[in-house]
Amino acid sequence: MIQFSRFVLPNGLRVLVHEDNSTPMAVVNVLYDVGARDEDPNRTGFAHLFEHLMFGGSINIPEYDDELQKAGGENNAYTTNDLTNYYCQLPSANIETAFWLESDRMLSLAFSKKSLDVQRKVVCEEFKEHYINRPYGDIWFKMREMAYEQHPYRWMTIGKELKHVEEASLDDVKKFFRKHYNPANAILVVAGNVVTEQVYELAIKWFGDIPGGEKYNRNLPQEVEQQEARRLDITADVPVDAFLKTWHMPSRLDPDYYVADLITDILGSGASSRLYQSLVKEKQLFTNIDCYHFGSTDAGLICVDGKLVKGVRLEDAELAVQAQLDLLIREGVSVMELEKVKNKTESTMAFEDMSVMNRAASLAYYELLGDANLMNTELERYNAVTADQLVELSRKIFEEKNSHTLYYRSKK
Amino acid sequence: MNRKIAPPIKDAVEFDLKLKPYDKYVLRNGVELYAVNAGAEEVIQVEWVFFAGNSYEKKHMVASATNFLLKNGTSQKSAFAINELVDYYGASLARTCYNETASITLHSLTKHLPKLLPLIRELLTDAIFPEEEISLFQQNNRQRLEVNLKKNDFVANRLIDEYLFGFEHPYGSYSRFEDLAALKREDLVSFYDQYYRRGKCILFVAGKLPPNIMELLDTAIGDLPLHGGDVEYPEHPIEPAGEKKYRVSNDPNGVQGAIRIARDFPNRHHPDFFGAQVLNALFGGFFGSRLMNNIREDKGYTYGIYSYLQNHIQRSAWMISTEAGKEVSEATIQEVYKEMALLRDELVDEEELLLVRNYLMGSTLGDLDGPFHIIGRWKNIVLNKLSEDYFYQSIRTIKTIQPEELQRLARKYLQPEDFYELVVI
Repeated sequence: MIQFSRFVLPNGLRVLVHEDNSTPMAVVNVLYDVGARDEDPNRTGFAHLFEHLMFGGSINIPEYDDELQKAGGENNAYTTNDLTNYYCQLPSANIETAFWLESDRMLSLAFSKKSLDVQRKVVCEEFKEHYINRPYGDIWFKMREMAYEQHPYRWMTIGKELKHVEEASLDDVKKFFRKHYNPANAILVVAGNVVTEQVYELAIKWFGDIPGGEKYNRNLPQEVEQQEARRLDITADVPVDAFLKTWHMPSRLDPDYYVADLITDILGSGASSRLYQSLVKEKQLFTNIDCYHFGSTDAGLICVDGKLVKGVRLEDAELAVQAQLDLLIREGVSVMELEKVKNKTESTMAFEDMSVMNRAASLAYYELLGDANLMNTELERYNAVTADQLVELSRKIFEEKNSHTLYYRSKK
Repeated sequence: MNRKIAPPIKDAVEFDLKLKPYDKYVLRNGVELYAVNAGAEEVIQVEWVFFAGNSYEKKHMVASATNFLLKNGTSQKSAFAINELVDYYGASLARTCYNETASITLHSLTKHLPKLLPLIRELLTDAIFPEEEISLFQQNNRQRLEVNLKKNDFVANRLIDEYLFGFEHPYGSYSRFEDLAALKREDLVSFYDQYYRRGKCILFVAGKLPPNIMELLDTAIGDLPLHGGDVEYPEHPIEPAGEKKYRVSNDPNGVQGAIRIARDFPNRHHPDFFGAQVLNALFGGFFGSRLMNNIREDKGYTYGIYSYLQNHIQRSAWMISTEAGKEVSEATIQEVYKEMALLRDELVDEEELLLVRNYLMGSTLGDLDGPFHIIGRWKNIVLNKLSEDYFYQSIRTIKTIQPEELQRLARKYLQPEDFYELVVI
């Protein structure tokens, strides 16, 4: 049970505090309700580029990192399709430094030309390192474009193409800041060796006078229900064939989300999962195969992803995957198998909650979803899932017309 | 309130860092058990460390294959049955093979530990290495290797180690297709018998421990032929490459160069090691380092650049590692050497040094968060045969090292002509 308090400042900033006095550290986590899904289709990659610029100096403080490091702190940030999260950890005696730094960059950035010029290059190198300069690096660009026709999950957080990042202007940066970076669109979580009343006072002191800004109302184009299977067959300079197939799945807040999550565990997580045992170990069609999803806030994708044993045809590999899905739908799961994936969920949660940093980020995320206490009640939802629900949802999700199949062939 | 003025801070150098002591037990067979009981979550980590790293193998890849396949079948259970049992309890069983040691690590909810220990006993007494598991391992690793060899960073990591130590030294060796193909069941079985079943073992346990942890483990493995005595460490001569500079072409369409610049360095017992860790932080050891500030934050040549001391027991190496744009790779290397020169030629000023001290103290403090991190520190001390005071000596160095000493170390170690230099594009 994770205990926390919650209050909202008059400017709309939501503040959550979780006390844990077993550590000498404090974590300050600021989540902004903006991700790649909120980008202009002609300016993709911007939310992530912006995350880099948040370290390029704020209105009163030229160097974020130096000041934090002086106080013995460390920080990082990440951008997803749904959100942008900044977190720092420092000795709790120095916690006010984090309030000073985070509130100043919420107040206003310095909007330095030099920082933009450099970070555009840095992000281009990041793009190359992760997506161009490696085999199969573009596979998710192709899959997202095939799976989503309307919804902005169509592009990756790094951006559709290098050009979008290269063209970002200081004016774009300012507009983006005004629209998304204000107290009304942010969640502050403070955790660790802290006292709730003191956090409250510090929050008022440092964040209280920041103008609330306009609450951003998200109105994203949604996918219409897919009527026909989509397929793509490409060839590239890679050593072995790869297979990737996805199906639309329920959104994070749908009660069926928990069922879908357990379906991926049954099929493809761990060495005793069905796909691994049957297709890697017994039939030896794949050298590795996984089934997973991204936990996206809007309706996401269940993915089956594997590399083929040389000499195996992609068509045969796909049929074998399908046979496993059919088996699940036809015969369901045993009591023991269902217990297994529930035990795994319980264990994963306990290990994740070991670190104060993870607890802080989870609280922020659940607050964003609408109820921070979900953190304490989700296990019950998993435990309530029945074998019948698993079969029923599998039947619905794994319909061929709901699918996207990508053959990624090795150039011979 | 003036937002231009930083709130007062307590300098991290004033913090009094404590490494929670371990409890030590010895099982009936002499196996030592180090335990740290801490944390709020009901979880446990048990690591069986064997002296079974690749330093002990007589044929390439036998140590890593034995380690990996240890849980792929006993005379009683198939690989699937073993995996299913572990997964049923929501546990995980990781295997890792290093140069000197090789581990089996169990993570589980504390309440399930008694159900899982009999399985570990079975793996340590009765692993049979089925032929079909070995051939599957060979097939899948062959393909994985093909994919990895397309990655410039993977290729660079292999080559730089080979230049430093020579391919026949365990630190310089890497997986090759021919070694993978040559693996034989009898080699694995005999390696297992000598270095696991009857091998030297040390146990590291951390988390929320049951009060009878010692009895549980003693019952599970205290009567096995494992031991706590010494094993003879085979000598491997180091044969560094003669040439120092390399440019390797790996990917005709490559857009980035994988850059590695490295020199040999003594191990943790050398008196310069503590100071070198501080110098390394200043040079390229963290986000606020000089290499990162210059090459990423000022020039935008790379997404990230780091330097570090390699984590070996016998000998270390000092490594600078980055992936930089193809057209700026050579410029990046020149900037690395410029930063070395600055460290040799100019004393670091007090303000920058204080920042590094505070960063190192703060990150050490943060890194003591939780039982798994604490046992990790102790494991490092035990396996490297360092003094119990090692942690505090390191803290003392961070707090007190002077600019002159950092300059002395830079002059001694950061000389470009001592470094191997490699770009893989």
